Amino acid sequence: MRKILIRGGRVLDPASDHDEIADVLLANGVVEAIGAGLTAPDAELLDASACWVAPGFVDLHTHLREPGQEYKEDIASGGRSAASGGFTSIACMANTNPVNDDPSVTDYILDRARQDCPVRVYPVAAATKGLAGEVMTEMVALAKSGAVAFSDDGKTIMDSGMQRRVLEYSKLAGKPVMVHAEDRCLVGDGVVNEGPVSTKLGLPGNPAAAETVHVARDIQLAELTGAHLHVAHVSTAGAVALIRDAKNRGVHVTAEVTPHHLTLTDEATLGFSTNAKMAPPLRSAADVAGCVQGLADGTLDAIATDHAPHAVHEKDVEFTTAPPGILGFETALPVVLALVRAGRVTPLQLIAALSWKPARVLGLAQGRLERGAPADLVVIDPEKRWVYDPAKGFSKSRNSPWAGQTMHGRVMQTIVNGRLVYHADKGVLLP
Amino acid sequence: MMGRGLLGIEELSRDDIELVLDTALKMKEVGERDVKKVPTLRGRTIINLFFEPSTRTRTSFEIAGKRLSADVVNFSPSSSSLTKSESILDTAKTLDAMDPDAVVIRHKVAGVPKRIADELDAPVINAGDGAHEHPTQALLDMMTVLEEKGRLDGLTVTIIGDIAHSRVARSNIYGFRKMGAEVRVAGPPTMLPQQVESLGVKAFTSLREALDGADVVMALRIQTERLAGAAFPTIREYSSTFGLDRQKLRFAKDDAIVMHPGPVNRGVELSHDLADRRPSVILDQVRNGVALRMAVLYLLAGRRKPAA
Repeated sequence: MRKILIRGGRVLDPASDHDEIADVLLANGVVEAIGAGLTAPDAELLDASACWVAPGFVDLHTHLREPGQEYKEDIASGGRSAASGGFTSIACMANTNPVNDDPSVTDYILDRARQDCPVRVYPVAAATKGLAGEVMTEMVALAKSGAVAFSDDGKTIMDSGMQRRVLEYSKLAGKPVMVHAEDRCLVGDGVVNEGPVSTKLGLPGNPAAAETVHVARDIQLAELTGAHLHVAHVSTAGAVALIRDAKNRGVHVTAEVTPHHLTLTDEATLGFSTNAKMAPPLRSAADVAGCVQGLADGTLDAIATDHAPHAVHEKDVEFTTAPPGILGFETALPVVLALVRAGRVTPLQLIAALSWKPARVLGLAQGRLERGAPADLVVIDPEKRWVYDPAKGFSKSRNSPWAGQTMHGRVMQTIVNGRLVYHADKGVLLP
Repeated sequence: MMGRGLLGIEELSRDDIELVLDTALKMKEVGERDVKKVPTLRGRTIINLFFEPSTRTRTSFEIAGKRLSADVVNFSPSSSSLTKSESILDTAKTLDAMDPDAVVIRHKVAGVPKRIADELDAPVINAGDGAHEHPTQALLDMMTVLEEKGRLDGLTVTIIGDIAHSRVARSNIYGFRKMGAEVRVAGPPTMLPQQVESLGVKAFTSLREALDGADVVMALRIQTERLAGAAFPTIREYSSTFGLDRQKLRFAKDDAIVMHPGPVNRGVELSHDLADRRPSVILDQVRNGVALRMAVLYLLAGRRKPAA
């Protein structure tokens, strides 16, 4: 198997708290050596001077739309988009058609990933059949097929008794339950954060309490059952505080936050752009500050994109009818690098939230940069400026609030299992 | 801002508003003539694109356009069928291909006129979008108050009712505040939007306090169609707490006027006799609506040069 020698980069390994200039030698799908002045005559050379070398990113929350909605995205296009964004492992949500609530669908997704996808794909199976919140899925069988977690995602389980049963039973499969924590009754018709912006726009508001009420409930249920609760895409300062308290009490809860909830406020919706419509919605500046603080102090474990492709014709409708969600893979790194430049998190903290910590949430061996670790890596030029054009990206969809904007920081190379799968100058490389 | 279209009062300057009001006061004279027609917009095409049913506003725009000799075309697709079959973008492009000189749009969802305006060459006039803005209503309200009071600066305007779901309230809040008036809103807490003070108003849940010293009292139409999930328990309770009658009106200034954007639910937000007689000026609002819309069409569709 080919070897790759990455020369002269700033090697960041959050698991061991290492941050130093070094060479990295990859062979046989693993990291063979890290150190100064490495040589390997038979290795492909990558010059990483002025770049960061980090564990490949692990995305806990993506929508690959296959099977069923291949016009928005499929595993091949989503995987390429992920690779170009520095992601080497991605977990995909169950809201496909058919829903991933049966081992046959999980098998299909993994089969498609093996055939034509440059990154590792980890299916998240539904927690209840058809995401209907009524009958539990065969979690044990699904886990055997390769499901790494269970979630009804946007079809939040409102019945507290049902949610208790799901959490309790998930312990048998030994996998976390991921929740899209929004009280659907409180959300109502809400499409933007409730506050001055919804008041100004005259659009129905979605109050922060819709999230905090639900996070509080699920933390209580995690405490009751001892299950592993993972809170998806936290958007409010209140939810961060609840999760911080729960962690301090020893409740088994982890949480993720998206690049958009870390950097954009509800003011992005002031022009009625449907590419600023998300679920949960973009929140207030105080909520953004709360999320950034939660990332900095470790309350929020992971940065996850919630990559949610939608076709142009689906987004180009009235604000209230447009589906929520935006593309995430290709803009994630430059968007969150702004937090490093603003001094809110260190490079090691940022890399931890993108790789090591989300890998730990799922119990994966990736996310480390040490001898013997899987050779999943990303090379980043933190200063490179480029203009993001979704039409030139790898996703089938275009729905991004950052379209046309100058990005600061770029993924230069992505390596999965010791193989170069993305190069900024050459695009996605497949065998 | 005038020239690009009229999407909302929020984006207008005080000068813009004064220009429209001055022009409207001049236009009013045309409606008082024997032959109510001037050739100002001859050869210009105005499309009334009403996705949401509206008789009053559409008719007002139609008469305004016709008094200026424009060709006025009404296009009123049912909102639901359009949602399914044709996107906003397609609608906008289709209209653009017909080369209109102005497009008047009403839609039940906030922001749709702006989205269409982004795609059109022709100026777009917002005739009401969801709970967002209804700029010509606010302008005709300001025109009516100006005629009654001789000024807008320094007045106190109290708006009563479902502020959360009212585009009329939002546009009037922006307009009267820009012109130097104090604006108050009043209603049950379920009808006041979150942090309504961020719009620059004082909020009241006591009608008496809200009316104290008011020069202008504006009652909003209450949606009585749907009671499930409604913001008030019964019509009886609403009319007893926030319905305006002559007795409650005594809390306002002696010379206060009463306004309503129509159509009035008699006995709900306004008592029967208050709806018909002074100090209510509801029919003056309607009359001024035509002149005001003539002014807006003149300033927007008239300024645009015909294709060479």
